[in-house]
Amino acid sequence: MNSKRTDLAVGLFVIAGFAALLFLALKAGNLAALTLNTHTYHVTAKFDNIGGLKARASVRGAGVVVGRVERIDFDNQTYQAVATLELNDRFHFPKDTSAKILTSGLLGEQYVGLDPGGDPDMLKAGDRIESTQSAVVLENLIGQFLFSKAADTSSPAADSGAPAASSAAAPSLAVPSLSTAKPAAKPAGKASP
Amino acid sequence: MIGAIESLGAWCNRHIRAFGLGFRFFVAMLSKVPSALRRRRLIRDQIHFIGNYSLLIILVSGLFIGFVLGLQGYHTLSTYGSEESLGLLVAVSLVRELGPVMTALLYAGRAGTSLTAEIGLMRAGEQISAMEMMAVDPMARVVAPRFVAGVIAMPILALLFSTVGILGGYFVGVRLIGVDSGAFWSQIQGGLTLFRDIGNGMVKSFVFGIAVTFIALYQGFQARPTPEGVARATTRTVVSASLTVLGLDFLLTALMFGGG
Repeated sequence: MNSKRTDLAVGLFVIAGFAALLFLALKAGNLAALTLNTHTYHVTAKFDNIGGLKARASVRGAGVVVGRVERIDFDNQTYQAVATLELNDRFHFPKDTSAKILTSGLLGEQYVGLDPGGDPDMLKAGDRIESTQSAVVLENLIGQFLFSKAADTSSPAADSGAPAASSAAAPSLAVPSLSTAKPAAKPAGKASP
Repeated sequence: MIGAIESLGAWCNRHIRAFGLGFRFFVAMLSKVPSALRRRRLIRDQIHFIGNYSLLIILVSGLFIGFVLGLQGYHTLSTYGSEESLGLLVAVSLVRELGPVMTALLYAGRAGTSLTAEIGLMRAGEQISAMEMMAVDPMARVVAPRFVAGVIAMPILALLFSTVGILGGYFVGVRLIGVDSGAFWSQIQGGLTLFRDIGNGMVKSFVFGIAVTFIALYQGFQARPTPEGVARATTRTVVSASLTVLGLDFLLTALMFGGG
């Protein structure tokens, strides 16, 4: 009897160890899914670029957590990312709601923000959110900033050049002279039309 | 002058002797492990004694370490506005470092001391000599099963410590403070890798299990067979096992995560 009880206790101890390993190995992930899975509906949204969005990131409407990103796939036809959003069925959004990928804080976690539209019909399970806005990729943002900066600096240069030369020839003169600085050449071309 | 040199020589001799004795004890113990593995009942009883009875202190300590990590981590991370990384901070520090190291220190205090005292008293009561008289090898009957049980129990305890600690961090971070639970878990999922973090943590706890159990058994076996000798051996077990664990932890961390 006593020996059986020891067997049981040691068995439970070893099982607890394996359960802990399993919990850590599944990276503690399934637990949260179980607690939220009770009453939800799924909608999808296609994004050109999801940036650093991960599965299980939060979905927020007006800053309030209303659901989770369930999974993220790649659509081979449109070359877009398809995010499946799992929304709590206590919350309803109009059909023309738009989704965008936002970042909480400067370096924080990325999440999906929902901006409700004005449609009287509500999103149902399996619907697709039509209007989406991609994640802001920092490199693109810096690139755009540099281009606009270069465009800003190139236009005063063109203006200052204008009084010296004849007014008709000034733009055509200014562009070749700037083209030596390569990054500045493109925005100058863009700015002129 | 001559006296100082003599005492230095004696000190060296003593330590070299202790090192040799320890190594011989270790080899003798390892050679008895196969025969101990056949006596499963002995090993089971020792796992019960070492593992199950250490469970309470390990789980409670893990829970509170998790609580504290959640609180302190939140306050530090909130200055950078990245509270969402709390899950990763708690999980990585537990699985990589605190789980194995704290468990080994607690294990040395809880199980190591009792192993030393038990074997030391067996020697003091001449039970070990009696076994030898009866042609029962005390290495195979007493020492090796305890060693095997300690090496099995230690990684399990460390895993439980880490798991309970993460749950404690979850409780404080998500339930009390209000960090988003999805971000908490997704950061853990994104940042924790099975082999690099969990695997290395398990290797650590395995090595600590070998070191602490060996030190406890060796100190018990070498204890002077008097009440005072057993008391000293028990103290030495805690001191040298703790220092060994911390030193080994630095070495293993440098090997596993350093440089690359």
